[in-house]
Formats: sequence, C-alpha cells, structure tokens
Amino acid sequence: MSSIDYTDKIPNNVELAQDKTLQRALEHWQPNYLQWWNDLGPEGSTNFDVYLRTAISVDPQGWAQFGYVKMPDYRWGIFLNPKEEGRQVNFGEHKGEAAWQDVPGEHRANLRRIIVTQGDTEPASVEQQRHLGLTAPSLYDMRNLFQVNVEEGRHLWAMVYLLHKYFGRDGREEAEELLHRHSGDADNPRILGAFNEKTPDWLSFYMFTYFTDRDGKFQLAALAESGFDPLARTTKFMLTEEAHHMFVGESGVSRVIARTCEVMNQLKTDDPAKIRAAGVIDLPTLQRYLNFHFSVTIDLFGADESSNAAIFYNTGLKGRYEETKRDDDHRLQGRSYRVLAVQNGQLVEREVPMLNALNEVLRDDYIKDSIAGVNRWNKVIEKAGIPFRLVTPHKAFNRKIGALSGVRVSPDGRVVSEVEWATHEREWLPSAEDRAFVASLMGKVTEPGKFANWIAPPVIGINRQPVDFEYVRFG
Amino acid sequence: MNAADLAVLKQHLIDPEICIRCNTCEATCPVGAITHDDSNYVVDADKCNFCMDCISPCPTGSIDNWRMVPRARPYTLAEQFGWEELPAELSADELAAAGVALPADEAHAPDEAAAEAAAVLRTVTGGSALPGEAVFNSAAFGAAVPPWSAAHAYTNLYGPKSATTATVVGNFKVNEAGTENETHHIVLDLGSMPFPVLEGQSIGIVPPGVDASGRPHHARQYSIASARNGERPGYNNLSLTVKRVTADYQGKPVRGVCSNYLCDLQVGATVQLIGPFGSSFLMPNHPRSNIVMICTGTGSAPMRAMTEWRRRLRKSGKFDGGKLMLFFGARTREELPYFGPLMSLPKDFIDINFAFSRAPDAPKRYVQDLMRERARDLGELLKDSNTYIYVCGLKSMEEGVVLALGDVAAQTGLPWETLGAALKKEGRLHLETY
Repeated sequence: MSSIDYTDKIPNNVELAQDKTLQRALEHWQPNYLQWWNDLGPEGSTNFDVYLRTAISVDPQGWAQFGYVKMPDYRWGIFLNPKEEGRQVNFGEHKGEAAWQDVPGEHRANLRRIIVTQGDTEPASVEQQRHLGLTAPSLYDMRNLFQVNVEEGRHLWAMVYLLHKYFGRDGREEAEELLHRHSGDADNPRILGAFNEKTPDWLSFYMFTYFTDRDGKFQLAALAESGFDPLARTTKFMLTEEAHHMFVGESGVSRVIARTCEVMNQLKTDDPAKIRAAGVIDLPTLQRYLNFHFSVTIDLFGADESSNAAIFYNTGLKGRYEETKRDDDHRLQGRSYRVLAVQNGQLVEREVPMLNALNEVLRDDYIKDSIAGVNRWNKVIEKAGIPFRLVTPHKAFNRKIGALSGVRVSPDGRVVSEVEWATHEREWLPSAEDRAFVASLMGKVTEPGKFANWIAPPVIGINRQPVDFEYVRFG
Repeated sequence: MNAADLAVLKQHLIDPEICIRCNTCEATCPVGAITHDDSNYVVDADKCNFCMDCISPCPTGSIDNWRMVPRARPYTLAEQFGWEELPAELSADELAAAGVALPADEAHAPDEAAAEAAAVLRTVTGGSALPGEAVFNSAAFGAAVPPWSAAHAYTNLYGPKSATTATVVGNFKVNEAGTENETHHIVLDLGSMPFPVLEGQSIGIVPPGVDASGRPHHARQYSIASARNGERPGYNNLSLTVKRVTADYQGKPVRGVCSNYLCDLQVGATVQLIGPFGSSFLMPNHPRSNIVMICTGTGSAPMRAMTEWRRRLRKSGKFDGGKLMLFFGARTREELPYFGPLMSLPKDFIDINFAFSRAPDAPKRYVQDLMRERARDLGELLKDSNTYIYVCGLKSMEEGVVLALGDVAAQTGLPWETLGAALKKEGRLHLETY
C-alpha cells in the first residue's frame, strides 16, 4: 500500500489503475491542472532545475527523496497514509462506529463543502506567491519557495482525488472550479479572504508561511481526525508536507530578525530611519507585519459561534486539534467555552455551548502554537542583547469575521474609538510606506551561498547540503 | 550492542534552537520516544531505538543531533525541556571523569539489530536521499528486521556485570604471515554454559585490566565466524575473526587493547564473554533462498559463518539451498583472511569474487566494481524475492555498495525506489559496518 506507482501517469498509492472510471476522470483533469500551473504557477520558472523533495512512498524513509526536478515535471500524485485497521469515528454522535470508507449520504453536502474549502486554499497560495521567484534573496530561499509551491499543488491533487472519487459528477465540477477561481480575481475570487490578499514581498511570504500555513496545519489536523477515513488518511500525509512550509516561515522571519539585530549592534542604534538606511528591516516594521498576518489568519478559523462547526463535529466530519489525545467524552454535549464579545464598549467573555464554539477552540489552540514560535524569534533578539520583544496582538485586534468584526480593538486588547484607531493605525498595521520600503529591498540574488543584505543565511542547508549548494539551476 | 555493553551512549537529541515544533517527529516515531511540552520537543533515551524514522521527515534538520554521554546518565526529559540550546559535547576528559571512555580504535562493532550499534559507531546522517545525491544514510536502506525464515535469536544472555567465561581452544593466523593486517581466527569453548548463537550475531569480549584513567575496560564486539552448531559441530564452541589493530583510522600507531589481547592469547587461557547480540543480521533458512555477501576484511566473519552453515546443510543432502554469491575485498591477496579454505569450495556451491585494492601489478578494484562487472548474474538474483543481501566491513564501503546495487537493479529493469524499499521492508538487505 505504501509504495507509489510511478509507472502510472498519475503517481498514486491508491490502486488507481484498478478504477478505470476514476483514472480517466483524473487524467482528464490533469492537463487542465498543468495548464493552470503554467499560467498561474511560479513565473518564468519552467526551465529551472530545482533541488526538490519528492515522495516515493508514504513511509518515513520514502517520502523525502531529493533531486533536481523541473517543476512542471514534478510527480504530483495521490498519496494516502496507510489504512489503520479497525479505525473508528472518534467523536460526535457516531463515536464508536466504524470509520466510514464511503461518504455517508446525509453528510455528503457538508463533506464536499469542507473538502472544497480546503482544496481552494492550495492553488490560491501558489497564485499569491507566483511573482516571488523574481526577487528571491538567495537560491536557498528560491528553492524553498518552489518546494512550498509544488507541495501546495500536490495538496490540491489530494483534495481533487477525494472529490472525483467520492462525489461523482458534482465532485468533478467542483474540481474544475478549483482551477477557475483565482486569488484576488474580482469576478471569481478564492473562497477565503486571506487567500485573496497579495503576497507582494518576501517578508510577507515568510509571515504567510509562518501564520497562514500554520492555520493550514490546524485545519488539516482537525480533518485528520475525521470519521470519513479517506479524508483523514489524505490529510495526515499532507501534514507531513505542511511542516516544511511552517519551517520556511519561522526560519525566514528568524533570519530577517538576526540580520536586523546584527546591523543594529554594528551601528549601535535603534533608530528605524538609520536601520532602514542600512538596508535592513527595522523591528517595529516586523511587528506591524506580524500584527497584520496574525489577525488576518485567525479570521480563517471562522465565526466564534458557528452552528456549522457544531454540525461538522457532531456528525464526525471534523474533529478538534489532537482530538484523540484529549481526555474528555469527545461528544461535548452540555459543555461550555468562553468566547469574546463587546459589551458597553468593553471586551467581555461569554460562556457559550462548546459545540458552537469549536471554531474558537481551534483558533485558541492555534494562537498558543503561534505564540511559541514568536517567543523563539524573541530569543534571537534577546541573544543579540536588544531590549525589544515581538508580541502577538490581542485576538480581537483587526478582526473582520465573527462577533468582533467591526469593533476597533488595539493590539493590547483595548476597545478604541474610530479616532484613536485612525491615529494609531500606522503604528499597528503596515502602512503603504512600510510596504514600499520592504519592496524596495527586494532583489534577486542568484549566486550560490550569497544572500540579500536584509536577511541572514540559514543555520543549515536543505537535506544537509551546504548553504552554498546550487539549490536552483537556471535552464 | 545493547544498552549495558558500552559505557558510552550516543544520545539522540533535538536542537531546540532550530526545531519549529511541527510535531512531525512525534507523529512519526513508531515507539513513542518523542514527546513535547510548551517549549521543546525531546527524545526519551530509554525508548529511542535508533530506527531513524524521524530523521528524514524533519523539515529543519534539528532532529539530527547526537551527543556522547555516559550510558548510565543520559540527558533526562526534564533536562531537555529546560534547554534553550543544545549542550556542548562532553570532552573526552569529562566523559572519563564520569567514569567512561569513548569506544576505542578496534571496537569492531558488528551489530545487532543494526540500530544501536549504528547510532554509536556510525556517523549518523540526515536525509534519506538516494545514494550519490546527498550524504549517505545507511539507515534508509538497511533492514531492521530479519528474513522471514530466520531462526529465533537469543540475545543478552550475559551482560557486563554477569559475563561468562570461555576457554581459548584455538588461536591461529588466517592470512599470510608478515602482512600488515594480521588477522587471527580464535576458537572459544563455552564448556557447559548456555550460549546459543546464530550466524550474523556477535559477542562482546571484556579485556582484563583498566584503562589510562583507572577504569575497567569496556567490552569490544566481534562477529561470530562459526556456524550455529559450533566451529566444531556438536561442541559448545564458537569462533571469532580478529584483526590485530596497530593503527587507528588515520593511520596513527595505536595498540588496540582488545585485539592485541585476543591475538596474543595462548590456548587454555580464559576470557570474559558477554552477549549474544543481534536480531536482524540473520540468514534466511528456507529452501532455495539465495544469499549475496559483500564484505571487506574482518567483515568476512559473518559471511564465513553463513557459508559454513549452508555447506553443512548441503552436505547433509536434506536441504535444497539457493545460490550463494560472495564479493570479498581486501588490499592484497595475502591479507585476505580465509583465502585458502574459500578457494577449495565447489564452484557450483558458491560464486566467489575477489577485489584487491592494492595488488602490486593490477589496477585498484573495489567490491562495487566487481558487483558492476557481475551485473547480469547479480541482477538475476535481485529479481528473485528469495534473495537476501548482507554487507559487512568498513563504513566507507557502504555507500558505494548501495550505489552499485542501485545501478545493477536499474540495468536489470528494476526500479531501485521499489526494490530498495522492498529489500528494507522484507529484511532482505542488511548493512553492518564499522
């Protein structure tokens, strides 16, 4: 089961050759996918030989094989984690029943919606990042960008497989639509807001892969608990790939910080103007980028109270993060959870039924995980002896979804007036000038082992290769 | 080599400065050795079995860190949770102060389930790249499970605190006198003490006396060179292949403590023995199973054992053995241990190929060159799912051998991705190097 059949046009470990109808349907979708990749994938990269990791089996030894690949030749395919015999639905009203190998009729529409929403984010991020290759700060970073891109492409494949295999004609139509919606397209945008934002520069890219791909991790982890077994197995394998994306983000921001601190110490200054003049990104600007990406990303978890979330959980479709590691009844009837609301101009906590608050539960788990990484960034600053600390903004800050949308809240969690917001917005969120400054630093560095001035080299290379390895060869 | 055998442990640790807490290692670990708190991911030294499954999925490389520590006192989980960075390596002096010494020169460590020995004596590397594309990681290719038809192996019957005594009943040189690599064949009799062994297993010898810092010497491991029913069939004895160590890996003169002790033993002397060790580098026992053996120097010991057991079975006329193919490398013909007896084995019993890297009047040849020359016949064997491959010798041969296997497989039309994975999973490729 775990070995992948590369003799097929579509590499897979799901015995695609045994299911001719499905194979034909996917082979029909494949050229459209490649067309989409060529039109909206990484710009001008078709001929590059990129040192990429490709899965050849889903076991620990086989899933990370490294070698030079031209991206259009990347072996996108369908890989599921091995089936766990006797697996059960582990939560909700079906708890204890055998996990479903087919879509239960009554949950079909909801499952399709979950899969389409997840699937839509994958090509969206490739589209958002398509110009970044032109300004990569090093070959190492360019390679990491492309690795993220091809794996997001593979994640699209994973969702399309589920749609084709389990949802018949409307699944196939949804799969086509995944290629037709485009990030930022006024007429046919991607489903979720954050995936229509631009990723205009590399700082945004690192922040995006740190914060937004971490949302991906939490969503996938919740789906990996699903009672619909094929979805659980698919997302489990995707999680292994997702880890690299968060690594790119965390280490990317960390390297930006390291370089900034180095320059601050050389110049013995904390004046942003002097720091910018030296061609590196000042820490307050990093804080504003962080505020923006954090707040936009926590919106992705949805409304704080959601009957959909309750239904998804109750019906066994989407669990909590680490559901099976939690020590409770996994039904949650009668339990409550605190969510934020605004009352008389103050933020207050309200007790609501936990089932309705599951988006908030996942969001809070996410926030805890995010903060841990931010603390590691702070260690870099601390080590450099600089008295500045990055903080994640309050969870009510800059929200556009749920009970907190439309309320003006400062990063430290005070409800503020429109006037106060307008006065401080430039201190709290990246301004057009900030973005223009960061954009001005972007320029392509293509000599192996050389890095743009605004970012430090990584501690170690990819797959134990040296940092000055030729991670991308230009055709 | 088991927990108690060596005083030093190469402890598996995660670098907290590089780790991003993605949880991939914890999700991957098959034995639940990895856990985390709010700050760090950590490895439990009591549970980690060095299977290396966590190494390649780690996106950061933080997982691939190792520290030599006294085996009795590895870093605890509580200590690791408190780290903001990895501790520095203990110096040899600090280790000595803790009562242990680094494994010495000649600690010929054939393995055990490969795993722990691998961790202690190999340079463990990250990634599981295809050979040739990156740093070689033998754990990505070698099996951790025995062949399905292997006999049950007894392990750890005697530990360092409960060593048993064996008597030397034979000690003679098995290569030409005057060669640089003087190699001895030593036969030990166990008397009435139970010490059941299989071909491919190893034992530990505890040399008498103390080291420079006054501590008792730790045990050295040696592969068993005799068949399961004894060097002399029907008697409770076994044999070892021991090279007298006179220089270290860099060629600096060093007198190996244990090898010189063993090579100098007179018949009738007694030695302290521990073990047996090893439960995966074991031979198949089913009819028509083929064995491909690739070795250098004293790495020939397990090959001699397996060959001898097959020869005895064949002589009995009751066992339908498969093909045996041997690739044996040494610097010169004169240095080759067991050269004479090997040459007298029937050609239809074993297909023997020698490679000499320093023969005076011939170009250098290594075992992998021979394997490529014999690609057609080797390829035929690779096609057969009854073929088991054993590699034993110096660490440096490993990558070349696996590369050659990959090339031969490719020429035969077998995709190495599939074959390599099958060999590992089915316990059909065993790597044992030091």
